[in-house]
Amino acid sequence: MRCVICFEEILPEVTWSTFYKPVEEKKMCSTCASKNEKITVPGCTACFRMDSKGLCRDCLQWQKTSPGVLDGNKSVYAYNAFAKDFVARWKYRGDYVLLEALQEEIQKGLTGDREKQAVYVPLSEEREKERGFNQSKAIIQAAGLQPVSLFQRKHSEKQSKRKKRDRMEAENPFTLIETSPDPVLIVDDIYTTGRTVRHMASLLKAGGCPSVSSFTIFR
Amino acid sequence: MISSIRSYFPQRLSWIPTSRPPHEYFELAGKLLLKHEIPLSEEQISHLVSTSVLTKVDSFERHYFGPRCRRCGNQQAHFFATMPHASCGRDCTYCRYCIQMGRVLACEPIYIGSSNVKWPAPAHPCAWEGTLTPAQEMAADELVTLVQSGGGERLVWAVCGAGKTEMLFPAITKALQQGKRICLATPRTDVVRELLPRMKTAFPQVGVQALYGDSPDKRGNAPFLLATTHQLYRFAHAFDVMIIDEVDAFPFHNDPSLHFVSQRAAKPEAAVIYLTATPRKKQKRKIRYKKLPVTFIPRRFHGHPLPVPQLKLTPTLHRSLKKGELPTRILKSIAEQNLTHRQLLLFLPSIKKAEEIARFLLEEGYDVKAVHAEDTDRAEKIAAFRKKEYRMLVTTTILERGVTFPSVDVFVIDAGHAVFDEAALVQIAGRAGRSHEDPSGNVIFYHIGKTDEMLDAVDAILYMNRLGEKG
Repeated sequence: MRCVICFEEILPEVTWSTFYKPVEEKKMCSTCASKNEKITVPGCTACFRMDSKGLCRDCLQWQKTSPGVLDGNKSVYAYNAFAKDFVARWKYRGDYVLLEALQEEIQKGLTGDREKQAVYVPLSEEREKERGFNQSKAIIQAAGLQPVSLFQRKHSEKQSKRKKRDRMEAENPFTLIETSPDPVLIVDDIYTTGRTVRHMASLLKAGGCPSVSSFTIFR
Repeated sequence: MISSIRSYFPQRLSWIPTSRPPHEYFELAGKLLLKHEIPLSEEQISHLVSTSVLTKVDSFERHYFGPRCRRCGNQQAHFFATMPHASCGRDCTYCRYCIQMGRVLACEPIYIGSSNVKWPAPAHPCAWEGTLTPAQEMAADELVTLVQSGGGERLVWAVCGAGKTEMLFPAITKALQQGKRICLATPRTDVVRELLPRMKTAFPQVGVQALYGDSPDKRGNAPFLLATTHQLYRFAHAFDVMIIDEVDAFPFHNDPSLHFVSQRAAKPEAAVIYLTATPRKKQKRKIRYKKLPVTFIPRRFHGHPLPVPQLKLTPTLHRSLKKGELPTRILKSIAEQNLTHRQLLLFLPSIKKAEEIARFLLEEGYDVKAVHAEDTDRAEKIAAFRKKEYRMLVTTTILERGVTFPSVDVFVIDAGHAVFDEAALVQIAGRAGRSHEDPSGNVIFYHIGKTDEMLDAVDAILYMNRLGEKG
């Protein structure tokens, strides 16, 4: 076994249970796992931001500008330096299998939401070709759910290249192809300002969807 | 079965096209690129492919046990993975070893550019006006013959501060006059950064270019390139003269893929020159069995012997380091050293320790800065130290080689640590006494018990000094 992130050999722990059970396969070594910061106690109850108590400032702002669009966001890990490096390698360099390292935690994080329709964030054709895969589809597949396509996207700049202000004022890059009568879960890799998921959620709500929440790996 | 095993071992380069039609795309000459790395439009690319200026080649080859990446030579199974590829709709294998340089996928070919372009052949490219010492001249002559005859390898084993760079000038001049293409590759970015201005002033008419991880100019279309060995992932049969500086340095010496790419980057008929001050065991063995011709220069360019390290036992060293401090004994010698005109280089075994000690010394009131691999403004700090803007530099093994400061003393703290092997210690000791004006310097290894590596390093230095006296 080797760590998918740092390629170091992982030595399986030998305990009494290894006598009667096969060794659990680990994807990530303990050093890498320790650098990844899990969100144990969500600070903000609406968006899982770690460093605030009760509703965070962003969420209060959202309540004012677009109330009732998104029912809540769940995340698994904090977006720290290690996570930034991870996203850079996984998404931008295109190292697809890195996601296996987080698969287990993603599945755990999605336990209550398996009944919902897992909707992925579409990429423009151009970007999907360049990257070779759709990151949000990959997450849904890693969680063992069926990705549902409800949206289309016009080609636009990467969100991560923009300043916060530009992001907030950007027009909606998505168009709804189909509405859903069932509750929907939007899955993405990072929740930064919440702009992307709210763009999608507002369209869904306008189309008559009963409830829209979101799930991201990093917050 | 034997043939299947054999398929695993040789790294044949027969897939590189042998026909090299002439063309004028300098930025494609001898390149090995992914499609999106080619700075041309779709039509232009397909036109160049039809005229076989560019050749499409499968990115992986199969051997019995699995694939082999043709860009980096990797064939270890755990560095390959598959992904559902959106463009081709199938599960595609990709190489994780060289993914830092862009992803190589099984379904996407790599493009190899013909190396047959006409490089300018200036009559007098060299503007350097210094003179070589007799020892340097002898070595330089041997290298010129090698370049002229073309083909073959030679190792130049010269002590730290022998003037390896200057020794190369006649050979480089010769090659440029003949319209040949040269690459000087080294594992260290700092070395490339330091060499660039020196080469630019020595060869002003030739467009010397530097290629490294975040270099401003990435075109790589000059007849004379300075590059980190990692940049050679993008070249195939490109160079007539290949010079590899610091062959024994990390990461080159223990990364088989870098050996593979540097071999591939040179043309089959190229002259390959290796430079080092501290050959590894493998190279020494080759020298002993006369498999690798060698030029040995045991004397520095200024004729003075190498400073011999003093080993000083400091039993309280680890205890103090744990607290992020230095023992009083070392502090005292630092205080004494501060009264001299020389600057001070302090080597520590790890980045964390280097930062802690720099902070500690700052609190003690010294004029000090720390430089290490994760430092973003490392180049500026090194330049400032060279200009004598501050007195003391705390660093890790990244500055062990290739950098020159005119007049420094060198202290190694915890020289028994595993990162300081023989080669590293010899190189570190070689930082002292590198100029005409100040040909000596104090080198002190502080330790809590002598290690074999330290003793071997001292022996190696003494041995070279002995040889230097004779010659």
